[in-house]
Amino acid sequence: MVATTHGGGRVELRGLGVRYPNAAQAAVHDVDLTVEAGEFAVLLGPSGCGKSTLVRTINRLVEPTAGTVAIDGVDVRERDANELRRGIGYVIQAVGLFPHYTVAQNVAIVPGLLGWERARIDARVDELLRLIRLDPAQYRDRKPRQLSGGEAQRVGVARALAAEPRVLLMDEPFAAVDAIVRASLQDEIARVHRELGTTIVFVTHDVDEALRLADRVVVMNAGRVVQTGGPDELLEGPADDFVRHLVGVDAETRRLALERPLIER
Amino acid sequence: MTYLFAHAPRVAGLLAQHLVLVGVALGVALVIAVPLGVFATRNARAGAVILAVTGTIYTIPSLALLALLVAAIGLGPLTAIIALVAYAQMILVRGVVAGLRGVDAALIEAARGLGLTARQTLLRVEFPAALAVILGGVRVATVSLVALATVAAWINAGGLGVLLFEGIGTDNPDKIVAGALAAAALAIAADLLLRGAERAARV
Repeated sequence: MVATTHGGGRVELRGLGVRYPNAAQAAVHDVDLTVEAGEFAVLLGPSGCGKSTLVRTINRLVEPTAGTVAIDGVDVRERDANELRRGIGYVIQAVGLFPHYTVAQNVAIVPGLLGWERARIDARVDELLRLIRLDPAQYRDRKPRQLSGGEAQRVGVARALAAEPRVLLMDEPFAAVDAIVRASLQDEIARVHRELGTTIVFVTHDVDEALRLADRVVVMNAGRVVQTGGPDELLEGPADDFVRHLVGVDAETRRLALERPLIER
Repeated sequence: MTYLFAHAPRVAGLLAQHLVLVGVALGVALVIAVPLGVFATRNARAGAVILAVTGTIYTIPSLALLALLVAAIGLGPLTAIIALVAYAQMILVRGVVAGLRGVDAALIEAARGLGLTARQTLLRVEFPAALAVILGGVRVATVSLVALATVAAWINAGGLGVLLFEGIGTDNPDKIVAGALAAAALAIAADLLLRGAERAARV
């Protein structure tokens, strides 16, 4: 299998703040974070901690009320929002495949918006379906309602990667599928990350998922980043009681699990 | 039933007139109702006003509205079509609003995240996803217009109402039955046709 390697972008958040109108508390407060090119960063925290809001500032679905977001040194606000989004992959928990489109048409949306030639789009669709391990001949013409939850999210990932984005945003992408399917989707995204080198910013509230996938975990609580570090660092040196409590309950078991990874790191 | 069979060509001619009245009115009504419905979903305050106004028009008795329109623009099919268009607005606008509001929020989130413009999201995602509900409104509006259009004969606009008014005027129940049966058949046919379209639009 040959997949195009297109590398990753560097995402920099500086003094980032988001306060929704009429909200007492800021959803995101003074966050400084750099996600290096090609890094797999996982934002981890309880619901309402601001991790989804933060990731949505990167593709301008949320406009920050303070600070800046830059990709490869360019402030995202200098670019047209729609054009920017076509260059950034985005995967959500609810998938959101267009129900009246086939699998192939769903995957082809962004290349179509970018005006790619028909033949290049067709080739790219097949390449992506193979990348996420769905046989093109079998799946290309299916409608989303004919897919299982896991298959639908695979197509969601293929759609997000279609136009070779340098940054892929994933907001709780595997939270709605059962544990077995989730494990296999985690394996797939880890493999896709290794093959393509795309920068991934991944949101989850699942500690095991974060530790399993991340090059670096960014722990958030109440709109602030409370610790960033590799999975080992988090387990061995939790910055405060919140992090200790979050990862700590079964820290020893989790560390053993890291030493016997399901995916090759 | 004797009138219906003895004068089948005349009944068919009036039925065709009736169909034209309803068809033209429905077409014009859609051209107005679709943008109104879209606007109503994009702007909450405008939406409340639009639904209130179209709802109010719907409550005006049809004979009263026709009488007022005749006073303003005279007799004939144009006047009847204007009245039918006005009545259809409430049903059609409500269908468009209900359809668009019912679209899965995840679809719109995904569309925006992929970089579709607001217009592309509306045309490629929201309308197709709302189509079955919108067609439901079209179906109810069509059946209502078939019934309402019989009153058009009262202002010289033709249609199957001609048989009803002639039957009443000449005390000929057979003519009334012929007109009523033809109108009912038209309404049922339209209903079945649009139900099929609705089913096909469901994904």
